[in-house]
Amino acid sequence: MITFAARHAQGDFVLDLAFMSEARLVALFGPSGSGKTTVLHIIAGLIRPREGKVVVAGEVLTDTAAGIFLPPHKRRLGYVFQDGRLFPHLTVRQNLLYGRWLAPRRVRFNSLGEIVDLLGLAPLLDRRPATLSGGEKQRVAIGRALLASPRALLMDEPLASLDEARKAETLPYIERLRDHSALPIVYVSHSAAEISRLTREVVRLEAGRAAPSPPRDTGRN
Amino acid sequence: MALSPEEWVAVRLSLKVASVAALVSLPAAIGVAYALARGRFPGRAVLDGIVHLPLVLPPVVTGYLLLLTFGRRGPVGTALESCCGLVFSFRWTGAALAAGVMAFPLMVRAIRLSIEAVDRRLEEAAATLGANRVLVFATITLPLALPGVMAGLVLAFAKALGEFGATITFVSAIPGETQTLPAAIYAYTQAPGGDAGALRLSLVAIAIALVAVVASELLTRRALGAGRLS
Repeated sequence: MITFAARHAQGDFVLDLAFMSEARLVALFGPSGSGKTTVLHIIAGLIRPREGKVVVAGEVLTDTAAGIFLPPHKRRLGYVFQDGRLFPHLTVRQNLLYGRWLAPRRVRFNSLGEIVDLLGLAPLLDRRPATLSGGEKQRVAIGRALLASPRALLMDEPLASLDEARKAETLPYIERLRDHSALPIVYVSHSAAEISRLTREVVRLEAGRAAPSPPRDTGRN
Repeated sequence: MALSPEEWVAVRLSLKVASVAALVSLPAAIGVAYALARGRFPGRAVLDGIVHLPLVLPPVVTGYLLLLTFGRRGPVGTALESCCGLVFSFRWTGAALAAGVMAFPLMVRAIRLSIEAVDRRLEEAAATLGANRVLVFATITLPLALPGVMAGLVLAFAKALGEFGATITFVSAIPGETQTLPAAIYAYTQAPGGDAGALRLSLVAIAIALVAVVASELLTRRALGAGRLS
């Protein structure tokens, strides 16, 4: 469902990576600074790679050889940022509806009620982001991305800023998403425990390149 | 401390000139501030310089340049008069133009700072949710920068209220038409026995300016807090 290839330099850092996945949830795993977020930014169109090709759910989003580059607002990719990035001047409800309001009617596949139920957001709707806990913020951020009716979800360390209790509380929501929606998910994390719980489809990154898989992953197709 | 009818005329005219100057130049100031804060284009430094010019030029020079371009025989003045019946020379509209030009750098500066304080990562997030650049600006950048925009507006109003040099050079000081508060004060100081009048009007000017500066300061502080990620 996702094909990615890119070569891109940013200062001293060089990203040179290609992968393909048909899995529901593919994880990008690697230490900080290995280029995981850069990969997501390239998929989302927030970075235009020097050379590269990005295809998500059959749609060519970037193809530098063919001169194709869709701007971020036309990609319909739900990006869940590490820091939530909720809009501070809007209520939770307005944050959730922001992307839905912008999505054309014919592509909408969910409703506010469904997402509020799925993520347990009902008690938060009239609050401001500043009054939410870290875990609540991330759930709102996930809901906001989903309500834009995206082609795929990009999740950048959605649990990294949470303590263990909040992590344990938020992870089941992500598992629910993986199992009950048809959305492909690209999941970035540096936590091996988190990833082993979520998927067996892992792209390992090291200093901008694919790292060789450890033995337990070999022999699998 | 009662003001004479003529003094009230000058105060009211000043308030009208300063309000029109600040409000009419606001959209342009927002546009220029956004371009300077977020734009990357050739000539950005030149634009920055031109915008700040009225701040460093002698006001008489600005007034004279306005006279040359917007006066009855100036190229822009002639064109505006024949197309829209808009006349600047020796009218209160000219006083508003002069005040607007002089206040423009201050307004742009306040708005630019508040736009720069808006977290660009929020703008990126809005883009991934489907908002194009215009919508990102209208729904994220501008609302978060709004206190700074208000601060710029108030500051420009205060500056316009005190404008003297460019105004008197461009449109002179005709009582009831172009004689604003500072011009009326100046007239008092040049006339025998005008001390009391000059003092009265000066106190009015001080009061208005003080209120404006304090309001602007409060709004700026709010602006710098609002754009941060919670």
